[in-house]
Amino acid sequence: MSRWRKHLRRLPLGVVLVALFVLAAVFGPLIAPHDPAHIDLAHEYARPSFAHPLGTGDNGTDVLSVLLYGARLAGTIGFLVVALSVLVGTLVGALAGYRGGALDHAVTGVADLVQSFPSVVLNVALLAVVARPGVLHLVVALVANGWVIYARVARGQTLAIREREYIQAARALGMSDARILLRHVLPNLGGPLVIQATSGLGGAILAESTLSFLGLGPGKAASWGALLDQGSSVLLRFPHVALFAGGTIAATVLGFNLAGDWLRDRLDPKD
Amino acid sequence: MSAGLLRYLGARGLRALLTVLGVVTLVFLLVRAVPGDPVDAILGDQASAGDRAALRTALHLDAPLLSQYALFVGDVANGTLGHSFRRSDETVSSLIAQVFPATLALALAAFVIAWLLALPLGSLAAMKRNSAWDTGARAVALFGLAVPSIWLGPLLILLFGVVLRVLPLPGDEDAGLRGLLLPALTIGAALSAVLTRQTRGAMIEVLSEQYILAARARGVSRVKVVFVHGLRNALLPVMTVGAAQLGAVLSGTVITEKIFEREGLGSLFLDAFFARDIPVVQGCVLVVALLYVGVNLAVDVAYGLVDPRVRLS
Repeated sequence: MSRWRKHLRRLPLGVVLVALFVLAAVFGPLIAPHDPAHIDLAHEYARPSFAHPLGTGDNGTDVLSVLLYGARLAGTIGFLVVALSVLVGTLVGALAGYRGGALDHAVTGVADLVQSFPSVVLNVALLAVVARPGVLHLVVALVANGWVIYARVARGQTLAIREREYIQAARALGMSDARILLRHVLPNLGGPLVIQATSGLGGAILAESTLSFLGLGPGKAASWGALLDQGSSVLLRFPHVALFAGGTIAATVLGFNLAGDWLRDRLDPKD
Repeated sequence: MSAGLLRYLGARGLRALLTVLGVVTLVFLLVRAVPGDPVDAILGDQASAGDRAALRTALHLDAPLLSQYALFVGDVANGTLGHSFRRSDETVSSLIAQVFPATLALALAAFVIAWLLALPLGSLAAMKRNSAWDTGARAVALFGLAVPSIWLGPLLILLFGVVLRVLPLPGDEDAGLRGLLLPALTIGAALSAVLTRQTRGAMIEVLSEQYILAARARGVSRVKVVFVHGLRNALLPVMTVGAAQLGAVLSGTVITEKIFEREGLGSLFLDAFFARDIPVVQGCVLVVALLYVGVNLAVDVAYGLVDPRVRLS
């Protein structure tokens, strides 16, 4: 018992928060006490009670249930955005780092531009392209600036790897560039990219919440950002909705960031 | 002015111009790809076919893409940026000019708050490492980065507007400068987190230099060494990071203008987005791009003037 408790205490906060989030995203709909779309006008904006542990929001929907269902949406979008961003960013970054020259200049230039341009303005301008943004549109808009950070990491790592002896040996043996990239460079990018992707998940979830908060989210689906938007409009009279929605978003983002730091300490003892 | 400096300035100016042109063209193309019809958004779907066609012609939506582009470039060149779809008596630039000062004030206030927090705190943390100041700096950095602005805004409103009742609530028309404080802090929190970290790091590096030791040996006081000799040299890298945060600050203005119900470029932009008022959307993105390019150009030029080594790269 005491030993078990010791282990628990050593479990870092980031890992605990991420585990809670994953549980909510996977089992949320099973443990949610109500249907998040269930309308109960008699109990609109009710304070937390036994029936509604986190109170109710717009039209009397159960806040806890919306948050649990919303975890799945946040998780889906976060995962898709990070997966696609890692894929695009790694390929582009590794190629730029390996080839160097004009390609490298072009990639770095575009990356600089995209990274420092206001992300919300870019996302909104991209979403203006579709009449009714859905999950997929949101993902594409977020990947449009999401890939940059992974391209940077992959490029930096590739620049370092490129000069190693085993790469020179492979080149001397007459291996093609594509084969060297695939077999020798990409497998060695894993660690830093996993670390970046972990905190990147928090960033992607926050970006989704922000766009939903601004009213650009995917329709009626239960979304943390949309709930926060509802809560903000009644903030002065019923603060609990915004407090719980915002707190959930903040805790999730913090969790992924801390988990990323924790992974960095574990995977990279040199730092 | 030397030939080298002129060449440096010319190259930077040309690059800035090309960037603006690229952004403008990209925005024009993206916005034109909207499957939703702006005519529907303006007239509603009850309108007659004749009315639709008339409006389409009036807005040049039936012209070929290239001539629409030529019109748009003309509008950019003559400074009007075209006319709003919804209020045809207003040019886009006059709509933007009405709200731009509010957004500029907000962004500047956010920068001022962030610098006022970060410079002293980061310097003190570097000066007294592992002291209470250092812990405080770390706490500010962690808090600023961990609490997203979409949540920080409502929290600040509740704390200062409802519980303590010391600052005006959103929507208060005659709040003046006091009304600027909470929205600026909402944006500035994350910025000050980044800058505090950066200042601390840069200061630690600078304070270990020989000339700092030399100044101390000459009998210059510790405070003067840190804040005059140290901070001046640490400022350059911190400035770079500060300028790189401009994008985040402008994103922040879009978010905080919504939270605090403020007029500004961000609320104009979102409003135009939902109404599919294409010229206004385009105009806002263009202004943001110009602002971004302008600030970066200014930082580049300032660097070139201050530090001759930069001109070579």
